Amino acid sequence: MPSEPVIRVRDLEKRYRVWTHAPPTNLKERVRITAASMRARAHLGERAQYRQEVWALRGVSFDVGRGEVLGVIGPNGAGKSTLLTILSRITEPTAGRAEIRGRVSSLLEVGTGFHPELSGRDNILLNGAILGMSRAETKWKFDEIVEFSGVREFIDIPVKRYSSGMQVRLAFAVAAHLEPEVLLLDEVLAVGDAAFQAKCHARVEEMARGGRTVLFVSHDAASVARLCQDAIVLRQGRIAYTGSAEEAVEHYLLSGREGIADGRHKDPSSPVSIGWAEIRSDDGREAVRIGAPLQIVVELEAREATRLSDLRVEFVINHPTGIRVALSTDFEDRERLAGKTIAGRAALVCALDELPLKPGHYTVGVLLFRHGELIGRVNRAADLTLVSGPFFASGSVPSNYPAPVLVRHSWTLEEPASAEIDARTGAATSATGL
Amino acid sequence: MPNAGTAITLDRLAVSAQTPTIVIQPTRGPVPPRLTELWSYRELFGFLVLRDLKVRYAQTVVGVAWTVFQPLAMMVVYTFAFTQLVRVDTGSVPYALYALSGLVIWMFVSRSVSISTSSLVNEIAIVTKTAAPRVLVPLAAITSNLVDFLIALVLFVLFDLAYGRIPDWRFVFVAPLLALTFVLTLGLSLLLSALNVRYRDVAQALPFMIQLWFFLSPVAFTLVAGAAWERHVLALNPLVGILVAFRWALLGTPLALGSLGIALGVSAVIFAVGLAYFSGVDRTIADDV
Repeated sequence: MPSEPVIRVRDLEKRYRVWTHAPPTNLKERVRITAASMRARAHLGERAQYRQEVWALRGVSFDVGRGEVLGVIGPNGAGKSTLLTILSRITEPTAGRAEIRGRVSSLLEVGTGFHPELSGRDNILLNGAILGMSRAETKWKFDEIVEFSGVREFIDIPVKRYSSGMQVRLAFAVAAHLEPEVLLLDEVLAVGDAAFQAKCHARVEEMARGGRTVLFVSHDAASVARLCQDAIVLRQGRIAYTGSAEEAVEHYLLSGREGIADGRHKDPSSPVSIGWAEIRSDDGREAVRIGAPLQIVVELEAREATRLSDLRVEFVINHPTGIRVALSTDFEDRERLAGKTIAGRAALVCALDELPLKPGHYTVGVLLFRHGELIGRVNRAADLTLVSGPFFASGSVPSNYPAPVLVRHSWTLEEPASAEIDARTGAATSATGL
Repeated sequence: MPNAGTAITLDRLAVSAQTPTIVIQPTRGPVPPRLTELWSYRELFGFLVLRDLKVRYAQTVVGVAWTVFQPLAMMVVYTFAFTQLVRVDTGSVPYALYALSGLVIWMFVSRSVSISTSSLVNEIAIVTKTAAPRVLVPLAAITSNLVDFLIALVLFVLFDLAYGRIPDWRFVFVAPLLALTFVLTLGLSLLLSALNVRYRDVAQALPFMIQLWFFLSPVAFTLVAGAAWERHVLALNPLVGILVAFRWALLGTPLALGSLGIALGVSAVIFAVGLAYFSGVDRTIADDV
């Protein structure tokens, strides 16, 4: 970006003091604790035990350029909302600095200030004013807002008589017609039905195309991937990742799983269990090139000699979004394995000519069946990284390839027989055309 | 065309001048509300006041009549109590007018303080979800009560006329006295509404405190203090000076400049304390709600 950033955040920190247990909400208790701590230093501990410091943000820095839509994702409690309340000037940071150039509107909630006793019309004007729209601006857009909300016939009756869906639509309609230079947006899009959500997404995309700068906070990875070019991942108040929205979403989803177990399930009574799994690439590197052959190796542990014909092993390849993109069954190889028996540790090797998937990080899960019954499952037995490779003859696969599956294909020109004749003879086609 | 070129340049300048950079960083000490910022939110302020009024009267059957009925009913009750049961000496002024003039002020102050004390907690969404200056919330709560005050004042003038009296030149002093009352009320409201965010006890204790205040103020009766120290303590109540001055303006009773001076001083102190406390907690009040 050659121009100066519109939002510039440097080393932003926010500390909250929280009352850990039995928060004294009444004055008497607070006075007692404070008085006790003032009387004797020994009692200072009593006050301290109620208080705990929580760093909601630690050293957060980033820039957003004009017309960019930056996503902020992270699990609950990562500091997303804190960041937004600070940038909206609702609360102050403990340290650090942020600069925003231009008229800012923040939308942390739809329908802020809505009053049930007031009519839809009055609420539009009030909510517009709360969001920073001028009266003239709101009146100018009034018809558009009413149209967007789809509650025209009820616009003059009190909002308390609306259904909750109508209230939300009206509230969002006002918000959708904000036209600030900088929009700070919390996960308010997650309201309404699917059709209304699509309308809202379209509206945000339109704003971004109109050159507005948007900071979009969400824990919905799919929305971030759709609406944003770039994104940051917040984790425990720190920026864990910065990059393209797609990569950030991938990072968020992958690292989100690290905490939990690898999803091991085994039937303790069964004589065979899954040990580990491994991905082997043709060139011995950790990442597999797309289009190159690879092997998935699954180690089984058999406590007693077991015939392979009794077992079935399957693998599942998952995209970080949780979608299964590939699944094996060992139908094809039943005969090759049928006569074999395993005891102790044994490795089964599944060879793949290629994986026609777009570049990215995948996980491999393994399932083990005995007599058709599931006896073992490891949801994340191995990680698989696919990098650009010689899949297409014409060249490598870009990492932002816009579809999950690659398809081998070839183009030819089908030449109609009549055209061939015409070309050869040079005769006019008008006669045959008629 | 040179003119077109100039226009474009000017246009650009105008655009860059209209997009100021907002700087967000920790501040030290109380940050008083910026008047330019308040001014830019004047429309929101107007809407908040209008909303309060609409909501207050939308659901009631007789609407605005309540505003007339309440001081009237209280005047009747007090007149019965303090002329038939207990005799209150109001000199040459008919007791009903004495009580009504006091009620006009008292109802404005007591209602404003009780509504605005809970205002920040009630408007939790505006406090925690918008950048609107939070001073607007208690300010709007008080301002909407001004309408009630004006209606009650008109009622007083009608009664005054009915008693065959005509307001004289002193009536114009109602405006500056109202301004003083407003400053006192705003100071109290800022302090109490901000305190109530942290300690909800404040709103609980308030009705009792207001009742106490009523009995220490010459609203429905005259305060006859015995000892000198009693008079001094009573004079510290800014409503004493304000009520005496209001009655001077409305009824022509003697003016006590001393008590008015005290009322001015005490109101200024209360306003300063309220504003300082509010400004001190304003930056993090959203964390406490």
